[in-house]
Amino acid sequence: MTDVVQTDLVTLTIDDTQVSVPKGTTIIRAAEKIGIAIPRFCDHPLLDPRGSCRQCLVDVLDAGNGRGFPAAQASCTMTVAEGMVVRTQFTSEKAKKAQAGIMELLLINHPLDCPICDKAGECPLQNQAMSVGRGDTRFDGEKRHYPKPLEVTPQLLLDRERCILCARCTRFVEEIAGDPFISLASRGRNQQVAVYPEAESGSLYSGNVVQICPVGAFTAKSYRFNARPFDLVSVDTTCEHCASGCSLRTDQRHGKVRRRLAGFNPEVNEEWNCDKGRFAFASGHIDRVETPLVRVNGELQPASWPEAIRAAAAGLKKAGDKVGVLPGGRLTLENAYAYSKFARVALGTNNIDYRSRRGSKEEATFLLSAVAGATTPSYADLETAKQVVLVAFDPEYESPIVQLRLIKAVKKGLKVVNLSAIRTSRSDKLKAEWIPVEPGAEAAALGKVKLDADSIILVGERGALAAGALKAVVEAANKSGARWAWIPRRAGEIGAVESGCLPNALPGGRPVADVKARVDVATAWGLETIPGNVGLDAVEIVNAGAEGLLDALVIGGVELRDLPDPAAAMQAIDRSFTVSLENRLSQAALLADVVLPTALIEEQSGHFLNWEHRAGVVNKVVKSSAMTDLEILDLIATEMDAPIALDSTEKASNEWAGFGNWEGERPALETEPIEAQPEGVLLTAWSEPLWASAANDGEENLAASARAEFAALSEATAKSLGLEAGDEVSVSGDVASIRLPLQVREMVDGTIWIPANSRQGTLGELGAAVGHVVTVAKEGK
Amino acid sequence: MTDLLTPVLTENWGKDKSWTYDFYAQHGGFEAAKKALKMKPEEVMNTVKDAGLRGRGGAGFPTGVKWSFIPQANPKPKYLIVNADESEPGTCKDMPLLLASPHLLLEGIVISAYAVNCHQAYIYIRGEAAHVARRMQAAVASMYEHGWFGKDIQGTGFDLDVTVHSGAGAYICGEETALLESLEGRRGQPRLKPPFPAVEGLFASPTVVNNVESISTVPSIIKNGVDWFASMGTEKSNGFTIYSISGHVARPGQYEAPLGTTFRQLLQLAGGIRKGHQLKFFTPGGSSTPMLTEEHLDTPLDFEGLAAVGSMLGTKAMQTFDETTSVVRTTTRWAEFYQHESCGKCTPCREGTQWLVQILKKLEAGQGEEGDVDKLLAVCDDINGLSFCTLAGGAVSCVTSAIAHFRPEFELGYTTPAWEAFPYEKSALFEGGVK
Amino acid sequence: MAQSNIDEKTIEELKQIMARYPQPRSALMPMLHLVQSVDGVVSQRGIEVIAELVGITEAQVQGVSTFYTQYLKHPGGKHHIGVCSTSLCAVMGGDALYDRISKRLGVDEGTTEDGMFTLERVECNAACDFAPVIMVNWEFMDNMTPEKADKLLDDLEAGRPVKPTRGATITSWRDNERLLAGFYDGKADEGVSAGEASLAGVEIARENNWSAPKGEAK
Repeated sequence: MTDVVQTDLVTLTIDDTQVSVPKGTTIIRAAEKIGIAIPRFCDHPLLDPRGSCRQCLVDVLDAGNGRGFPAAQASCTMTVAEGMVVRTQFTSEKAKKAQAGIMELLLINHPLDCPICDKAGECPLQNQAMSVGRGDTRFDGEKRHYPKPLEVTPQLLLDRERCILCARCTRFVEEIAGDPFISLASRGRNQQVAVYPEAESGSLYSGNVVQICPVGAFTAKSYRFNARPFDLVSVDTTCEHCASGCSLRTDQRHGKVRRRLAGFNPEVNEEWNCDKGRFAFASGHIDRVETPLVRVNGELQPASWPEAIRAAAAGLKKAGDKVGVLPGGRLTLENAYAYSKFARVALGTNNIDYRSRRGSKEEATFLLSAVAGATTPSYADLETAKQVVLVAFDPEYESPIVQLRLIKAVKKGLKVVNLSAIRTSRSDKLKAEWIPVEPGAEAAALGKVKLDADSIILVGERGALAAGALKAVVEAANKSGARWAWIPRRAGEIGAVESGCLPNALPGGRPVADVKARVDVATAWGLETIPGNVGLDAVEIVNAGAEGLLDALVIGGVELRDLPDPAAAMQAIDRSFTVSLENRLSQAALLADVVLPTALIEEQSGHFLNWEHRAGVVNKVVKSSAMTDLEILDLIATEMDAPIALDSTEKASNEWAGFGNWEGERPALETEPIEAQPEGVLLTAWSEPLWASAANDGEENLAASARAEFAALSEATAKSLGLEAGDEVSVSGDVASIRLPLQVREMVDGTIWIPANSRQGTLGELGAAVGHVVTVAKEGK
Repeated sequence: MTDLLTPVLTENWGKDKSWTYDFYAQHGGFEAAKKALKMKPEEVMNTVKDAGLRGRGGAGFPTGVKWSFIPQANPKPKYLIVNADESEPGTCKDMPLLLASPHLLLEGIVISAYAVNCHQAYIYIRGEAAHVARRMQAAVASMYEHGWFGKDIQGTGFDLDVTVHSGAGAYICGEETALLESLEGRRGQPRLKPPFPAVEGLFASPTVVNNVESISTVPSIIKNGVDWFASMGTEKSNGFTIYSISGHVARPGQYEAPLGTTFRQLLQLAGGIRKGHQLKFFTPGGSSTPMLTEEHLDTPLDFEGLAAVGSMLGTKAMQTFDETTSVVRTTTRWAEFYQHESCGKCTPCREGTQWLVQILKKLEAGQGEEGDVDKLLAVCDDINGLSFCTLAGGAVSCVTSAIAHFRPEFELGYTTPAWEAFPYEKSALFEGGVK
Repeated sequence: MAQSNIDEKTIEELKQIMARYPQPRSALMPMLHLVQSVDGVVSQRGIEVIAELVGITEAQVQGVSTFYTQYLKHPGGKHHIGVCSTSLCAVMGGDALYDRISKRLGVDEGTTEDGMFTLERVECNAACDFAPVIMVNWEFMDNMTPEKADKLLDDLEAGRPVKPTRGATITSWRDNERLLAGFYDGKADEGVSAGEASLAGVEIARENNWSAPKGEAK
């Protein structure tokens, strides 16, 4: 490996210092290597070189051929050559003068509105004007004027006067996100960044243009005029929304999060994130539970912490093991571990399941036997793979940074195959081969895809909804040498699997059904035994609760509407003594008997494990006395005389790490029998980040930038139902209906696509499920 | 001794139906193509190389050498693009050529495409010339009809398709990489080089871009030989070319003559400066080439001769102005031209041309301030050589050369409007303007 | 959405343009010319149809259409009058011609209320030896004078036939936009072979019996 690198090295001299860099490196990157910062605007290491702002001009005394250039050259586009001699602004008057000249030209049309500009204080233009610009300007003419600002999307504003036309934003949307919703328009002095005013949608990654804009041209509505960079306190942390695992930089002032930026993490999100990760962070403040609540005479009443803990402990103790625990999929690893331990130690039950979405029995086995402790491919592996096969997975909507990495990989020659009931624009961005698959038939379809050791199969959470699909993924990989990864949607899912928040699993992939595994865990936890029976899963807990078979429930951050049967869940809460650990007055909290307020994500520390099983550190951003789930569970357990001894995050993570991976046998993967469907239109659906989601609450600009909801049918199916594009259709499950405008799309005949998280109702609220029959009817034009 | 004028490309202009296939075929047309198709492609390429034909679109790069850069081992298709985006102020030779003798270019395309192993050529014509597009569309159709374009042309087994493509108003598309962007349906902004078009041009395939006049000259070289071509012109600037004379001369027009002819000779043929007036300044090769004056009348109009006096041959377009003309006015207009045509990609050109225009307009209006002329030069210095392509360099040349020759006239702009010092109606060709 | 005349036939023709090129996006410029010929402007519907057909975003189509000056953002008139205003034409009378026409039509770089004319200053149109030059629907009106300009507008207004000095009889701006989209109108044989100035050199050569040397024996 090192030999190869050696032969490709080129040695040049910059400001009298020799540096060796790989062939093809640009001068500006080579200079960075030896700590020489050449000013720049259009240059960005992750974007294709453009050479348009000309700020990075340097004096090339020798191009490596014994001759230099009479004029200064752009260091962002010129690549190094052996023996090249370069002088930057630090050692060359020519370079210094050229840079000062360019800076003056850039500023002739830039307004002097730094005092009211959001970027001031962290502005590359401001900073570099100070370091390489002239002290004054010789320009005394008219500056360009535009009416300000332009609403580019409901979330983004553009002050065109401030724009220096570096095209970072337009290159980002085209090269990185594959969503050219903005483009340079007009030309010459009238050139500007423009959006098509009637365009239907922007980009899920649009917020990145604010971050890479080297001036204050792009601003986010939600942050505009909200704070000054120098008043903010920044903390590096990890995004809580999905399993992509983006590093974040969260900025707070006066104890309130003001904005979030993509963190720098070359191995994961590089320098990007999605709009949900960037903009959705206000929901916790909307209907925050400020104090513990205890139901007295049918009413939730504020209570002191000791009172509430006593009430919770008493109720749970009384229920014994007739109890179920629904921690939800959004917990940090440490909190999830605390629920897992609490269920076994304090409640003596395996009735625990983090899955607030629809899952399956075979999925639980898959999670225990194939996911827990698995060595999965990484983001980097996606770039070097020759083929990626998507099974029940829309990367852009279900793990947005995976989509960005795939876009990058496709440019390098990756082939993507998409097994899906519907052809999508996101999969077209990947130039994917679309293999039409009826919902539920993924296992069979995968069998027909040619795989080899250079292939990676990515299966999403919807894999659980197709009989045998998860097993088929593992078997196809084993047979062909291909690798695979399960990419769930929620940030806490992998951590929940690894910590044993499943009815069949204990920490580190230890099977509940395995006596040695139970002994392992019992010993570590100081218990005599751990119940040996596989517990109830989420659906069974809800059903049992609704039927009055459970006496108590412990519910974490679960949106009841996400569950397969929200009505049953309400009934279950109603009929059982329910302890809700929540930061908002959610549906579950409102129905619970004891509500214990938990810390917001910015008020706690811990880790999320992303789909790669890579740990991302969650750091406390704001000071707060709010307790995390684990601290609360610790108090309850102590009160119940069954201590879990987890009064700090560190304790939880150390204890979890102490388990390591289970080396013993795990149950074989299984396939549940397919539930026969009556004649009718089969449903396919997924959740999109910007549609209904409690996490988006309070972010109207973000919600407004989501694409419009719709239903989709194939042309033939639409025709057979007497429908055409633009018709208003109603789609009904067993419980309720929603009305959506119809689009006619390339998709499998006999299926319909609708949003799984429509603002009108989730699939659970409709009484509908992927792969099941729904009723479709015309409602009008 | 060669004659003063040597009509080759212009020979049949003005003749009845000169633009038709039949006319061309009956007047010696296609002899060269027939000859070339019997040669080996390398032989054709070497002939053009040996003849020393240099690009007639401004830069003067040897045409045959340009062809030889096409990597023949590259399995991708090769493209030939004819640059008919003639837009440099003063340049007006390609449009009349395409109107009068379109088949000359088309025969040149057959030969050139054959030489570089290209099977698809495009003719990119500026959009603002409807009749030129019309004549070219008809001429290309006639070539298909007569088996010169299409599959197996003239039974030689060589396939060649030719597509006429009209632009839509952008000077910058005369720059070859901007032309490629435009032809790919993008904004006409120049591309980063490398990769050079010869390696990755149109559709990332090997591409050669040549000017109309260059390609149209090829048939005569094939037909008459290397020595014939080299017998005209000067040592390093071989052959003949079309000189375009416009402005305050008695007989403006196109004059086809050997390279190295002087402007004094051409001006004489053009009947001199209009009656009662004297030469003030002229551009030798379009507005982007530094302007010259009386003292340069005997400079040979070839690549070397003009370089020696600090200018360029460019497109050999002599815009000629007499003493009634305000140089501040013409310079301001040219600067406005560059400002208008700047693609906007790079800072020096986009911002710099705008600044130049603002200062020049003040000077033209007599509202300049002490130091403005030096400021103009300083801004030029901050642009010169630092822009992405050469468009801004044209703006700089026209401003700096005008100041070099006529500085006092610019300084007069601190006090006196140009229209007072040089009443504009005196420069016009007719009396009276606004009714 | 504003009115659009784009119909199935137009879409069919847009597809024909795309078929001329190995990559559909190359057809963008002629497609925009065709849209202008149909709608008299780069219409919203035109942008959307092109984006759909070519498979790019509307923002990208708009980015291209606004780059080139021949594509209009506001509906054009029946005739497009372009007065060359680059230095040489301007000095030789172009400025005066522009002022005169602008005053007569009552518009400065825009379209007359009756939709008859769109007046614009244009940059050098490669006819400098015929200066000052006016382009009508991108046909050459060489060696213009105030009198000729007056008559030109009179004739166009009255619907009398107008022959360019080098070109085909004027019909309308939209007709020529269709031509620029690559749909030949059958009129190549109209007009002269070359204008007077184009022939200056070759006529002098004929008078003096000047020619290029004789070529090699074949």
